[in-house]
Amino acid sequence: MAASPDPSARPGDGGSASAEPILVVDDIYKQFETQDGVLVAVDHVSFDVKPGEFLSVIGPSGCGKSTLFNIMGGLLDGYGGRVSVAGETVRGPHASIGMIFQEESTFPWRSVIDNVAFPLEIAGMPKAERLEKARHFVDLVGLDGFERRYPSELSGGMRQRVSMARTLASEPKILLMDEPFAALDEQTRLLLGDKVLQIQQDLKQTTLLITHNLTEAVQLSDRILVMTYRPGKTKRIVAIDLPRPRTSEIVGSDAFGHYVAQIWNDLREEASRGMRDDESRRGGARRA
Amino acid sequence: MISRTLFRQQIVPIVFGIVCLAALIALIEFLIWIGVINRFIVPYPSEIIGSFKRIIVEEDVLDRFLLTAGEALAASLMLTVVGISLGVLLHRMHLLRLATETWIAAVASAPLVLMYPLFLVIYGRSALTIIMIGFVAALPPVILKTLEGLSGTRKVLIDVGRSFNLTPSQLYWKILFPAALPNIFVGVRLGMIFALINIVGVEFLINFGGLGQLVNELAERYDLPGTYAAICFVILVSVVFFIVTERAERWLRPV
Repeated sequence: MAASPDPSARPGDGGSASAEPILVVDDIYKQFETQDGVLVAVDHVSFDVKPGEFLSVIGPSGCGKSTLFNIMGGLLDGYGGRVSVAGETVRGPHASIGMIFQEESTFPWRSVIDNVAFPLEIAGMPKAERLEKARHFVDLVGLDGFERRYPSELSGGMRQRVSMARTLASEPKILLMDEPFAALDEQTRLLLGDKVLQIQQDLKQTTLLITHNLTEAVQLSDRILVMTYRPGKTKRIVAIDLPRPRTSEIVGSDAFGHYVAQIWNDLREEASRGMRDDESRRGGARRA
Repeated sequence: MISRTLFRQQIVPIVFGIVCLAALIALIEFLIWIGVINRFIVPYPSEIIGSFKRIIVEEDVLDRFLLTAGEALAASLMLTVVGISLGVLLHRMHLLRLATETWIAAVASAPLVLMYPLFLVIYGRSALTIIMIGFVAALPPVILKTLEGLSGTRKVLIDVGRSFNLTPSQLYWKILFPAALPNIFVGVRLGMIFALINIVGVEFLINFGGLGQLVNELAERYDLPGTYAAICFVILVSVVFFIVTERAERWLRPV
């Protein structure tokens, strides 16, 4: 088992060990002004992701994971450091980066097929062509037969798959996902994890997942970056040396349990700090 | 062959609505007949129904209906275009919104119809006066509901648009506007109600034009069945506008 604070730590079969990184996050620092003073959300975090690699960022609530997600996606500015894609600095939303959000984000006024075709429509692709291409991505996420349905007629898991297909349809080089299964039950989460794994393996899609779910992170990733609770720093990067292709069946293996236990050891300390901090703030607010 | 679902979802409600209306009419007829309702204030529904032919033939009610409907249509088109545009403007200019939103809300509840002498001075005793009063009185709900709809668009939908690198104009047309559409239509429907009330009211007050003038004339003649029959045509204008806006909303946003 490989566990290392070294940001370049990699398993043998995740990504391409010799390839140049496609995404470089270099010394990112972000602070917010709050009523209680300055809050450092992300404190000099650096890592890189190689083509085809699946990297998860895990940490307790409030550790700056979503801030990092928004910075990498170009939705947040006013930060220190640099994010680059294939050597090009990210200064706003970037065509090479596709984002899947934590909240339900399908357009309720569009059918499944029209949701998925949205980025192609924006790109000016002719209607027949974009619908054909969108149909391919609808099939890819296992929603064939639901093309003409509207999001209100679908379950939460199906809607997240629509969001995923919509982002994949824009054919991003890097897929950023911010806790996309957070609102789903555990069984659906595991099954959707299978779907993500299958798609990621089929498309060799470079993927970065923000999550606070340990099982999900170990099931899906080649490497896991563990973040500290405020300020959000890199605590360590763990390489997950589990065989691919994987499915949710791996959850029952000894090696899987070992990784979960190892990462939980790191995470428990941070989560406890987060909980204590939260309790003291609530206590302070009550006294005030 | 009509499917069972279509029968249950479309035909049954229509039949049920007609049966309820017929029952209400029968109830009012009965209450007047036993003296609970004064027949010199509310005529028998059967008399009202009987007077339809008379007001159609003798009072040119169809021409008047078209005139009032035309005025309402003109006012509605104006308030839709101007109201939505002003709502978008206030959404884009935060300072302007902070400065004016309360005033617009206050105007919404002001009885602007009382300003009809001013409009008479500006536009003369014409249909334009009636249209302008209807338009001005109905503008605030369209502006406020447009603003509410645009401001209430979920942030994540805007973030999705931004992540696909949409231009500000694409963000409006592809995300903000469709997301706000249900609220905008609520505003337009409210605006149409305000406009129609004011249009018929001003026709009544200045004794000019369509159904409002007819209601005034019939009331002065103490032709109660005719007055109520004319009011039924005012309701018909409202019903037609509601059906049109409902269809337009379904066309623009199917769910």
